[in-house]
Amino acid sequence: MTSLANCKGSMSTATSGGVWKVSDGVSDQFPAGLRVLVVDDDPTCLVILEKMLRTCLYEVTKCNRAEIALSLLRENKNGYDIVISDVHMPDMDGFKLLEDIGLEMDLPSLQMDSMIFLIMNRAVMSADDGKNVVMKGVTHGACDYLIKPVRIEALKNIWQHVVRKRKNEWKDLEQSGSVEEGGDRQQKQPEDADFSSSANDGSWKSSKRRKDEEEEAEERDDASALKKPRVVWSVELHQQFVAAVNQLGIDKAVPKKILELMNVPGLTRENVASHLQKYRLYLRRLSRVSQHQNGIGSSFICPQEATYGPLSSLNGLDLQTLAAAGQLPAQSLATLQAAGLGRSTTEPRMPMPIVDQRNLFSFENPKLRFGEGEEQHLNNVKQMNLLHGIPTTMEPKQLANLHHSAQSLGSMNMQLNAHAGQSSSLLMQMSQQQSRGQILDETTNSHVPRLPSSIAQPITSDALASGVLAENGRGIGFNPVSQSSTLLNLPLNTTDELTATSFPFGSAAEVPSLASKGTFQEEISSEIKGPGGIMPSYDILNNLQRHRSPP
Amino acid sequence: MERTQLRRQVALTRQSLFDQGFLDEQFIQLEDLQDDANPNFVEEVVTLYYRDSARLITNIEKALEKNSLDFNKLDGFMHQFKGSSSSIGAKKVKAECTLFREYCRAGNGEGCTRTFQQIKKEYATLKRKLEAYFQVVRQAGPAETACWPK
Repeated sequence: MTSLANCKGSMSTATSGGVWKVSDGVSDQFPAGLRVLVVDDDPTCLVILEKMLRTCLYEVTKCNRAEIALSLLRENKNGYDIVISDVHMPDMDGFKLLEDIGLEMDLPSLQMDSMIFLIMNRAVMSADDGKNVVMKGVTHGACDYLIKPVRIEALKNIWQHVVRKRKNEWKDLEQSGSVEEGGDRQQKQPEDADFSSSANDGSWKSSKRRKDEEEEAEERDDASALKKPRVVWSVELHQQFVAAVNQLGIDKAVPKKILELMNVPGLTRENVASHLQKYRLYLRRLSRVSQHQNGIGSSFICPQEATYGPLSSLNGLDLQTLAAAGQLPAQSLATLQAAGLGRSTTEPRMPMPIVDQRNLFSFENPKLRFGEGEEQHLNNVKQMNLLHGIPTTMEPKQLANLHHSAQSLGSMNMQLNAHAGQSSSLLMQMSQQQSRGQILDETTNSHVPRLPSSIAQPITSDALASGVLAENGRGIGFNPVSQSSTLLNLPLNTTDELTATSFPFGSAAEVPSLASKGTFQEEISSEIKGPGGIMPSYDILNNLQRHRSPP
Repeated sequence: MERTQLRRQVALTRQSLFDQGFLDEQFIQLEDLQDDANPNFVEEVVTLYYRDSARLITNIEKALEKNSLDFNKLDGFMHQFKGSSSSIGAKKVKAECTLFREYCRAGNGEGCTRTFQQIKKEYATLKRKLEAYFQVVRQAGPAETACWPK
């Protein structure tokens, strides 16, 4: 009996032998909802086909003229998954329809890559005639051939063409090194699925035979593909291509025009089209990466320290494009990128603990919180780690050589200088201390990433002078970086995983928040007490007030 | 009692259409597509077929009346007629259409004319028989659909 596992519903008791009756409840699972465009000038066939396709839970759009179908396809560039077209139509035959759509693939607005065409033909005169029509259909881009009268079993299998095509596209993207996550309707093909063509007989043997034939054909295709002369996209050729694209504009750049502008002998429209597709994917990915870098990482990257960012180009050479074009092996690309990031390609990266970032810019001495060392004054220079607790990753080797690297490269430190003689100005200095470099923070034991030397310059903050320091009787905290400084653009208010050393806040209401002036007010639960149950004293505020000059 | 008799008559009429070779399994496919949402789907499709094919038959008649026959044009018309006939499961009409196309390919005008007369005859016979069948179906009313035990 025919396997009809592709459509949901209850089995009909009719004599048809395994035709599914489908209830009105449309399933939300694939292949339900497959968008099919049916083109046939015969109204009888059109009505029957529509009903059959709806029974398979597909979304159907029907039209009786090829020109209407063409306009529908132009309007909805990604509106359909499959087009089922009749061969013989008065205004335009199915082959012409295929041809026209194939030509219009040059249009940037039309993305016909996802389109799959099934040409159906009424029973032909002879076997030779049938073969000719089938061959003509295939050469024009049809992926399957249905003979009228079309049977529902054949239509139940058409979804396999969508899956197979997407699977092949996915493979192509993986091979070209430009795989993008997701996809409009990306489906994973089950390994044991029947890849039979949607022929009208549903027997297992014939489908198995077709599967074997298809595999043999694919092998032959692979062999012939190897023999084809491959275009090597050299740097010069790629630069010519980029120049042509820029001249036309990325949105208006079509393979035909690019080819004309490049004027390279031996280069075909297909070569340019393929390269353009990869180039567009690359640009899209690049824009996504740049958006992602606008967060924590990018604020520390400066032109002199370009190696801190992802290495996408080296001395003007586009590594990704070279890799995609086959000029640069994937291993070499990975090595170059890793070298640019200062990472080893072979060794695994060890993730370091994520630390609460809420206390990131709280520069008071931790001892002050617990009622110890109230007598310490701000005019003492305190070595503070600017970036303690930023989540990061590092290599085991790097961890082993921490002290060595600390002495050789130094780390970012902060000095809080409050001079009694000067009128309430708080000077913050970022300097590289060769002798006192601290990479591991004493309280959190988390790795502090080294910052580029170019940003190690004094920043004067008038935070205290402008009255930004919050005095709430329970705790102090402020953002030491002035409003004008865009150097340290860190998200202060993100709630990450709390470590053992960080304070648990009493309630949601007491979670620190950024005040309107950019201050970081830290509320600590009144239940938190110092050693021996003594509430921490905040006499330091009085000391600060003493240093402040009258307004 | 009368309703049961009518249903028996529907079944017998339907069976005779298959036994005499007027219809094939494609007609069963159409019946399977008929559901509660479209209880008269088969009748609607057959009506549409006869309405549309009348135009094609007129076109073929006009083409055959000409002194110099355009066999390509005739083949095109018959190709479409054969397609729609096979879609509703009109077995005898479809067989005659195949014969007509063979004569077209051979350039046999006389064979085409003779076969076309046979096509019209089979076409009219099927129309008459299907009209009678659908009339009995309407009289019998909707069949009680079998449902799974709850």
